[in-house]
Amino acid sequence: MIRLKVNGTARQFDGDPDMPLLWYLRDTAGLTGTKFGCGLGQCGACTVHVNGQPTRSCVLPLKSAAGKSVTTIEGLDAKGAHPVQQAWKQCNVPQCGYCQSGQIMQAAALLKQKPKPTDADIDQAMQGNICRCGTYQRIRQAIKLAAGVKA
Amino acid sequence: MSRVDLVSRRGFLESVFSAGAFVLGAPLLPAAPAATGDAAKAAWTPNVYLGIEADGTVIIVTHRSEMGTGVRSVLPVVLADELEADWKRVKLEQAVGDAKYGSQNTDGSCSIRDFYDALREAGATARLMLERAAAAKWNVPAAECKARNHEVVHSGSAKKAGFGELASLARQQPVPGKADLRFKTPSEFRYIGKEMPTIDRDDLCMGRGTFGMDAKVPGMVYASIERSPVYGGKLKSFDDTAAKRVKGVQQTVVIDPFKPPHNFQALGGVAVIADNTWSAMQGRKALKAEWESGENASFESGAYKSMLQEAARRPQKAVRNIGDVDAEFAKGGKTVQADYYVPMLSHAPMEPPVALAEFKDRKVIAHAPTQNPQAVQDAVSSALGIDKKDVICHVTLLGGGFGRKSKPDHVVEAALLSRKIGKPVKVVWSREEDIRFDYYHAVAAMHMKAAVDGKGRPTAWLHRSVFPTIGSTFDASAQYGQEFEMGMGWVDLPYDIPNHRAENGPAKNPVRIGWMRAVANIYHAFAIHSFADELAKSANRDTVEYLLDLIGPARHIPIEPIGMKYWNNTQPIEKFPVDTGRLRRVLELAAEKSGWANKKPGNGRALGVAAHRSFLSYVAAVVEVEVGANGQLRIPRVDIAVDAGVTINPDRVRAQFEGAAVFGASIAMLGEITAEGGKIRQSNFHDYQVARMPQAPYETHVHMVASSEPAAGVGEPGVPPIAPAICNAVFAATGKRIRELPLKNHKLA
Repeated sequence: MIRLKVNGTARQFDGDPDMPLLWYLRDTAGLTGTKFGCGLGQCGACTVHVNGQPTRSCVLPLKSAAGKSVTTIEGLDAKGAHPVQQAWKQCNVPQCGYCQSGQIMQAAALLKQKPKPTDADIDQAMQGNICRCGTYQRIRQAIKLAAGVKA
Repeated sequence: MSRVDLVSRRGFLESVFSAGAFVLGAPLLPAAPAATGDAAKAAWTPNVYLGIEADGTVIIVTHRSEMGTGVRSVLPVVLADELEADWKRVKLEQAVGDAKYGSQNTDGSCSIRDFYDALREAGATARLMLERAAAAKWNVPAAECKARNHEVVHSGSAKKAGFGELASLARQQPVPGKADLRFKTPSEFRYIGKEMPTIDRDDLCMGRGTFGMDAKVPGMVYASIERSPVYGGKLKSFDDTAAKRVKGVQQTVVIDPFKPPHNFQALGGVAVIADNTWSAMQGRKALKAEWESGENASFESGAYKSMLQEAARRPQKAVRNIGDVDAEFAKGGKTVQADYYVPMLSHAPMEPPVALAEFKDRKVIAHAPTQNPQAVQDAVSSALGIDKKDVICHVTLLGGGFGRKSKPDHVVEAALLSRKIGKPVKVVWSREEDIRFDYYHAVAAMHMKAAVDGKGRPTAWLHRSVFPTIGSTFDASAQYGQEFEMGMGWVDLPYDIPNHRAENGPAKNPVRIGWMRAVANIYHAFAIHSFADELAKSANRDTVEYLLDLIGPARHIPIEPIGMKYWNNTQPIEKFPVDTGRLRRVLELAAEKSGWANKKPGNGRALGVAAHRSFLSYVAAVVEVEVGANGQLRIPRVDIAVDAGVTINPDRVRAQFEGAAVFGASIAMLGEITAEGGKIRQSNFHDYQVARMPQAPYETHVHMVASSEPAAGVGEPGVPPIAPAICNAVFAATGKRIRELPLKNHKLA
């Protein structure tokens, strides 16, 4: 039996302990805001926070999440009003939107660690998150807006 | 192939209102083709796109697919504006696949172009009927009643009535003829031309939008499919013992191979059915399958490339011929020639193909991220031998499309599996399947030759192009380009050259290929705009000045290809001429905004330019590159000038061109699909790379020409000029001429 916390709620799971956290969240817990993009930790669409750290849930076996606290896009802010989400809306970042949950979770973690990121910090933190629609410019703009640094 | 079906305004309104026309004076019942769902249940359903509730809620059916362009929000805005509806009181309903909406094929950059007028007419008709209903109610002249922001106001008194209150009266009004309609002038627009957030924006920032990957019905099971690694291979045998031992796996099911031509059929294979996605994928990995690969096992990308290149160096079938190119070459003056190559590419939308389908009582209910729900109806009904009307396709949000999701093979798989096992089935493609079983963007080899005069201006231009055709999707024997492939920025070369010939050689298709964002424009544009830059440099002329000379004076170019008609995106040439004046304007604008004249190459930095007409829009891009001492390439800035005719939402237009710059950068720098022994070598984002944030242009500035020309394309036309502009900039920065993509295969240091 694996016990973990998801968005503040205690949960338990008695299925395959090797199942990646992503599929537990999506298929078992019904939290579909976290997306499947590659299954190899290559694209970042599945990014969640595990004990506050940005983590690719598609390659994290559930057994490794045991006892930990997971935050998904649904749990980032009850009203979707996290500063990163507000900035995302203000900059009209999403196109198709599929990667944006992962982008937002990655950006939120970046700002927690570096409240005033430089361009190099943003490149470094965000390069693992692919957006095929090509919204990178607005992602950068939104991160700077949320951080209150000059664009 | 019917990529684009025009719905004429006349046909649209006649089909909607014909029922009313014969019962003049009687209550106008909702016309026969009225919307499904909430719109159909509304108090008044004046047409296929619109319903008005008694509480005033306006329900607009949005019939095009949302893959990131914003179109599912933008088109209803057109109707709401003309109706004088308050956007805050508009509810959108996503249409299921149904021919009554006209084409729903969200492909070819044509949604605004094809439906702008129809939706305005629908809105203006309903508005007039509301105004006339109010006039009758108040017993005042109709001319004194005007709809304004969701209510009708009487100018001679303080009388007002909301749309909801008037709905049941309005439905009793005779349907006005088009001559009676009054359309809003641009200065009266409330929403058109304004930057409005899309209906999905906030959901998408909260993980709430429902994509195909998120669709769910009770009792649903998950499927992962093992397919022949070689296109057209047949299953010899399989062993599912280990697969069935995987926890959560329920059973395996064989899907029959397709019969050529592959069209949108399921490829065939062995499906592993499980309780959840992970178990299905693990079960498939444990499956042992043997394949009879067939003739395509001989497909090697290197040999195939040589074959195309050799064909491009030999005379081929002329598809456009003006003057006498050979005679000009024979004069013995200066000539310039070069060969170009663009490899196969994969769409790689962030959401891989996925579909949910339930077969029940000889009907299929599908939930799919599809660009074309009517193609789902066609493909599923044909695969299952049921009526098209018995295929209900709900359209989810699409996690990217780029043309991949206009091909509904994955929906067919789900429907076939559901029929076999009697449960709703969700087929989930892994990224590896997406990369290995795509309908690839075609590889192309091109040979260019020009004879030039003393100023370096071409007196003759030969462009030979060899590529496997998308026509092979529908006719397995097709080996020459189709009208639409020829018409994508190739035979319609907009240059002022007295002798011009385009030639097309045959190519057999060893994989599935298909249209990808900007399609054949990608390789034609790469060759043409790289070559034009080579000619300019060879004449020691500034490329912008040279291109303006090449384009020549503002005029409409007559296009007369050989053995076919000029495609022109299915549109009449009178309405959408090849207008060199508009091409000049975007080129001049991009040059001006980028500071072209004042930025001279230095310190590894330089500019490159390309200007291309596609999807009836005119786009010029100036790209600045920076090549480091180690050969590392950065793109600090892109300036794109656009004339796309009338536009609805400038912010979403800019977003499309910002995205196109990134998509084009992926093509230029990174994209390459290759095959060995018929098997695709790439499998995921580590070996099929696409632009990430540091590789993408740092900033893209989109400059829109204010235009009252008819609405043209926006989603695709930003892509074609990017790759040649990048490579032209690389040449200016390093002296290295890149004639084969992608750049990652070349050392720039």
